[in-house]
Amino acid sequence: MKEALLPSPFPDQEKTRGLRLCGLSFLGNGPYSLDILPGECVGLTGRSGVGKTQLLRAVADVIVHEGDCLLDGTACSAVEPPVWRKTVAMVPAESFWWYDTVAPHFAGGMEQGQSLELLGKMGFPADVGTWRVSRLSTGERQRLSLVRSLSSAPRALLLDEPTSALDREMVQVVEEIIRDICRKKKIICLWVSHDREQLARMANRIYRVEAQMLVEETNECM
Amino acid sequence: MHVISLGAVDLGLAAFLLLLLAATSFRIGLGLEKRMVISGVRMTVQLLLIGLVLKVLFASSSLWLVLSMATVMLLVAGYEVWARQKRKLSGARGYLISTVSMLISSFTVTFLALTIMVGVDPWYTPQYAIPLLGMLLGNTMNGVALASDRLTTELYNQRSMVEQRLLLGQNWQEASGDIRRDCMRTGMIPIINSMAAAGVVSLPGMMTGQILGGSSPLDAVKYQILIMFLIAAGTGFGVLSAIWLISRQLFDNRQRLVLDELTVVKE
Repeated sequence: MKEALLPSPFPDQEKTRGLRLCGLSFLGNGPYSLDILPGECVGLTGRSGVGKTQLLRAVADVIVHEGDCLLDGTACSAVEPPVWRKTVAMVPAESFWWYDTVAPHFAGGMEQGQSLELLGKMGFPADVGTWRVSRLSTGERQRLSLVRSLSSAPRALLLDEPTSALDREMVQVVEEIIRDICRKKKIICLWVSHDREQLARMANRIYRVEAQMLVEETNECM
Repeated sequence: MHVISLGAVDLGLAAFLLLLLAATSFRIGLGLEKRMVISGVRMTVQLLLIGLVLKVLFASSSLWLVLSMATVMLLVAGYEVWARQKRKLSGARGYLISTVSMLISSFTVTFLALTIMVGVDPWYTPQYAIPLLGMLLGNTMNGVALASDRLTTELYNQRSMVEQRLLLGQNWQEASGDIRRDCMRTGMIPIINSMAAAGVVSLPGMMTGQILGGSSPLDAVKYQILIMFLIAAGTGFGVLSAIWLISRQLFDNRQRLVLDELTVVKE
């Protein structure tokens, strides 16, 4: 199973575009169900420790879980895990780097796709690939990590506090980049944040993660 | 030429040296004297017992006796490898993996040596089979235990990094590749170094024993060369299989790192 998107065996599901969480439960949480349309951004919030990050990890299929996720009608369980994780890319709150310099972490090279363009927009010079990982600041890591995940051309992005280490100006730049990508490439975005104002700016819908369900928040509550 | 038999007085004199050391240790407050004496007594009793067992074994040369002795040795070696790991795979699986790795590293190689290289008839002649197997088990055990211990520890310590690599769409082999290769090196480097030092820095024990036993130095050296090759090959393949088997257990069929398979270390 090499191709990212398999033709669905059920013709009526062909129309189910977008990311669908079907009864996802893990570690005593859930079951969570949710439909996100292509190009839509859904915000997730909730108290610390309720399992927002674990929910993203379950969608990325790196923790054991019940239930399944579908992307454009294709089940996660029907696709090879590496293919799924490239298509539904999670950007963890804390990024990890294992080579000495930045460039080798980009699987296809930094010139591929629009990595360099994005890095330029985020204020990195063209030689950022030669930078030493050990000298990166937390904020630099966070921005580089986002570009690294985008370099595999995902269809969905799972963002865990993606701007927590950035100053206000850079937050605006990153928000603008993500908004732009979602709109132009119809990428799905699942955005975890404690910052309600940010979610109000970015998300089409906002849900509060509870232990057993997702509660949609209306504008009046905020 | 026949080896000079040692009497109780000779051994007693050697033991007296250790007692002297123990007394000194007590005098200067090292606190090692008790352990020294206990270890000395244990060594004497264990070796005397194994001497008796070997005497019976050599006299009978029955295949079944040799095989049961070999099995006991293998099971103990497997347990040692398993027990030496700080974070180990829980349950029978962890013990089984260690034992299978020791089986690969020692049993197969010993069998090969007995049937093809030494060519002793019958192949299970205990005077050859048991010492060869013992040497191989004892020497490959270190490498396999070292590599296994390192693998579980490193995967545990670097779990976030491994998961990051999985999240970027690497398969489990890629995501754990650096760590696995590192552990294989850790397991193999000691034996590679001791091959390089053999004869120059160290005179290996087996060769020394054979020379004392009256063999010509050249014969002894040839056996030592054989043994060194066997230990190196056995360690290498034992390490490779241990690393492969353990990492297969720590990634599930959806290529997730599942560390709850490891025992919890209590502080």
